[in-house]
Amino acid sequence: MADEHKSTFSRRGFLKGAGVAAATTAVESANALAREAQAAAQPDPTLGPGALPVKLRINGQDHAVTIEPRYTLAETLRNNVGLTGTKVVCDRGSCSACTVWLDNVPALACMTLAIDATGREITTIEGLATGDTMHQVQAAFVKHDALQCGFCTPGMIMSCAALLERNPNPRLADVKHAVSGNLCRCGTYPKVFAATLEVAQQRQQTAGLVGLTTGKEA
Amino acid sequence: MPLEIITQEQEQGAQPGAKKVPNAAKPEPQAVHQDVAAPPVASKDSGPPKRSESFVFGIPQNGLTSKQREVPVDEPPPLARNADLRYIGKPTARYDGPAKAMGKGKYTADVQLPGMLYARMVDASVPHGRIVSIDTAAAEKLPGVRAVYVVQHTYGLAELRDPKQETPSRYPLIRYAGQPIAGIAAVSPQIADDAAKLIKVQYDPMPFVVDRTEARAADAPAVFPGPADAAGSAGGGGGPKGVPQVGNVHGPQRKQTGDPAAGFAAADVVVESEYFTQVQTHSALETHGFVVDWKPDEVTVYASTQGTSSVRNDMADVFKLPKSQVRVITEFMGGGFGAKFGIGNEGAVAANLSRMTNAPVKLMLDRRQEHIVSNRPDSHQKLKIGAKRDGTLTAIELTSYGTAGVGTGAGTAGPATNLYTCPNLLTEEYDVFTNAGPGAAFRAPGHPQGCFAFEQAIDELAVKLAMDPIALRDKIDENQARRVERQLIVERTNWRNRRPAGSDAGPIKRGMGVAQSVWYRFVSMNSSCEVRVSRDGSVELMSAVQDLGTGTKTMLAIVVAEEFGIPPGQVVIRIGDTRFPVGPDSGGSVTAGSITPAVRNAAYQAKQQLFAAVAPQLGTTPDNLHLAEGRVLFKNDPSRSYTLKQITGKLPTDEISARATRGPEYAKEKLTYGGVDYVELAVDTETGRVHVEKVFGAHDCGRPINPTGVISQINGGILQGISYALFEQRIMDRKTGYMLNANLDNYKILGAREVPEIEIELVENYIAQSSTDAAGIGESAGIITLAAAIGNAFFNATGVRMRSIPMTPANVLAALGKVPGQPGQEVQA
Ligand code: FES
Ligand code: FES
Repeated sequence: MADEHKSTFSRRGFLKGAGVAAATTAVESANALAREAQAAAQPDPTLGPGALPVKLRINGQDHAVTIEPRYTLAETLRNNVGLTGTKVVCDRGSCSACTVWLDNVPALACMTLAIDATGREITTIEGLATGDTMHQVQAAFVKHDALQCGFCTPGMIMSCAALLERNPNPRLADVKHAVSGNLCRCGTYPKVFAATLEVAQQRQQTAGLVGLTTGKEA
Repeated sequence: MPLEIITQEQEQGAQPGAKKVPNAAKPEPQAVHQDVAAPPVASKDSGPPKRSESFVFGIPQNGLTSKQREVPVDEPPPLARNADLRYIGKPTARYDGPAKAMGKGKYTADVQLPGMLYARMVDASVPHGRIVSIDTAAAEKLPGVRAVYVVQHTYGLAELRDPKQETPSRYPLIRYAGQPIAGIAAVSPQIADDAAKLIKVQYDPMPFVVDRTEARAADAPAVFPGPADAAGSAGGGGGPKGVPQVGNVHGPQRKQTGDPAAGFAAADVVVESEYFTQVQTHSALETHGFVVDWKPDEVTVYASTQGTSSVRNDMADVFKLPKSQVRVITEFMGGGFGAKFGIGNEGAVAANLSRMTNAPVKLMLDRRQEHIVSNRPDSHQKLKIGAKRDGTLTAIELTSYGTAGVGTGAGTAGPATNLYTCPNLLTEEYDVFTNAGPGAAFRAPGHPQGCFAFEQAIDELAVKLAMDPIALRDKIDENQARRVERQLIVERTNWRNRRPAGSDAGPIKRGMGVAQSVWYRFVSMNSSCEVRVSRDGSVELMSAVQDLGTGTKTMLAIVVAEEFGIPPGQVVIRIGDTRFPVGPDSGGSVTAGSITPAVRNAAYQAKQQLFAAVAPQLGTTPDNLHLAEGRVLFKNDPSRSYTLKQITGKLPTDEISARATRGPEYAKEKLTYGGVDYVELAVDTETGRVHVEKVFGAHDCGRPINPTGVISQINGGILQGISYALFEQRIMDRKTGYMLNANLDNYKILGAREVPEIEIELVENYIAQSSTDAAGIGESAGIITLAAAIGNAFFNATGVRMRSIPMTPANVLAALGKVPGQPGQEVQA
């Protein structure tokens, strides 16, 4: 059920054991391999089980938190940092409600240990907007009513916004694929598809216009 | 017992059919909640003074007419049809959309209070047994644990009519695996989890049964040692009380009209079959949960609930608190679908823990528990319909057995009773107790099950009569809205190109089908609000009513906006807090029809007060003023106009406010709503997969206030309906009594890839019953019809009828005779 792009778990054991497999994007695989290689060169110090101070870079800001190594990133974001936009629904990697970006690649915060997110750029739903100005995908979700109870919405938006970053010209099937791991019980899917495709179209048009005014092909 | 039905007032007087609403928000007399049951009767010689008004009436496609009604004098003038209004009926962006899209909405699960503790529920690991001992010492000693509360009374189960039939025990008897036993509050959720593992419970296990068929056997283990009854909730659910009970079989609830035997004797054709449906779990993304902050002078409860009022009532009942000391807050809510009324066990445990620790306590169920604490009951239905050559129905007979686990409410007779006119009807509904989590109201209780059987049987009848299924329904269905909806389907879909059943020669077979839904107009008199207008021109609406994601906030903003002539975005909506005037619990599609008239009336009265307050300064009389296009206009002088702000600036006080409460319906009539859904699908007869490719839904919800929100809800109903028909199924382990797939990976729910193309058409239906004529859509929105429509389309594709759901590949291949198995049998979990 999990979208392939969600499978970049940071649980090292998982990466070691299951390998990076075909599940990750090429770039992310390379990054993960590099991190693994580095980790292998300098054996991990033993951490925990007690709490320890950790620095997390979230939405462009450093946050110092004291957490136990077993805390997931989702728990840490919600309970220790106070960023509750990231939702926990299944807590076992089967619904994508907790989707955040790690170094701009979607990841499941319930399947990522917070300590494994140190040194990485964490982006949550709260970090997508610029101040009070919504990200284009957020605005399109509102315009198309791609949200009802809204509990799946942060994860859904993180998946769709990431899709548009890696594929500026998605087809319907690509959008379906990108949110195939995102469960919505209220049934917002048709509007999620419409909202995401509209942003892609808008971006294409803007790019086209820029191309015309500058005389360059976009 | 706190989880009683809070029955909505409805047009019962002239509505014998009211009692024919099985498992809806049930108007059974004994279940009527006192403070909502007896609204002032609207009649000429009692109640407030009235005036006569002419209301727009009917369905636009049929030509609108008008209807004269007596209305209370303080109500606003009748609304024009939607086409002539400025904001009502116009697609409007969700009021709290940006907050939700930006992750700013604070759901109960997100609430964080200073010093808040995290709680975990500990539940039973045996499906039936007596608790011998509970050892909490190790858990209590764990650093960070602040309190352990052992449950004294479990809510949500049926209760013995005569408690003396059971040997008393120190702890509540365990009747299902997952039944709450204790709660732990700790400084972190992780410590609460650790502590949960340290609680030692010793059981004296008893024989159990989790399968409906096995539970019906004479020698089956008894879930209850004697007759037991369960209450429903504000969302419906709950079975009849006081009916016969033999072993685990509770019922029947028997209803008869006319002479069914004579009806069948007079029939030219008879169809008769058995149908099976499975248990579906609600799976709202936010689990059930509460944050309780127990202070000596006030208990504040943040609740993921469909009824702030239901939670407040339960808190007052269970803890013997005056309601004035209970405040319930539901600002954002992550879905309910019928499962979230009252405090439930989790609310009671959270409140006890908060009281014990003097700290706020958050208790959210985990996903496994969410799957166990509520569900849509399953069914085994025997259905027989007789008809004349021309399609006229002569008799209907339905017997249904269903399990709501340790609860009741598995009846399915709603569609058979209320869809079509038939003079002779016999329905017998049985609940079968099993050692499984209790059933609860779930979007149109009883109706998806009933419709799956009934609307397929009607289709089968059409085949036997060699009639077009839509033509047959035109013959037997008196509902005007559904007639228009069927017409829309004929005109807007591929229906006219429908081919004979099983026309495709290859392995992929395509077909189309329709099915119809019925739901009922329920109205709650617990629908009040206050509208405030301030000197600076700001307008606020306040009510305790909650928004489950259905768009209540947006709908109310639109209604106020229409009255003041300002954009909905300029109205501030404050709801989901019992400090505000009481609101209806959102079950049975009551919310829109109940609260919007109160809101419009309050807005109108606030506006009248405003005019009265400023008219002298404007050198005119209040009745010379009116609001349109955001400006205050003078009726006698079109050249004079002011902005709303200029006018409010002249208020002699800082603010004015008006409060209004829902009054009775204008006329006593039996009113139902209905939708018709059309499905195109492909059946892969080699893999057994069913692909729903297109759905066209035509739906009636009175006067739509925000078509955008209504369509979103219908999308949701349709997709939940497809999911129910094809994928979802609770699987119980007969050996251990556990639910095996109590998680979101093994309990399969429709995802993005299974979403078909969906087109929705709303049919406006003006009924002249209130100052808004709005109605809810939650129940009739596709969830009722889809399994039947898919079944009918499946038959059209393959020539084979699916009489059991979910239509998993194994079930489909068995039905097609491709693999060994018993076609037409229950899908074995
Ligand atoms: S909560 Fe992380 S995938 Fe469901
Ligand atoms: S909007 Fe409610 S779960 Fe998606």
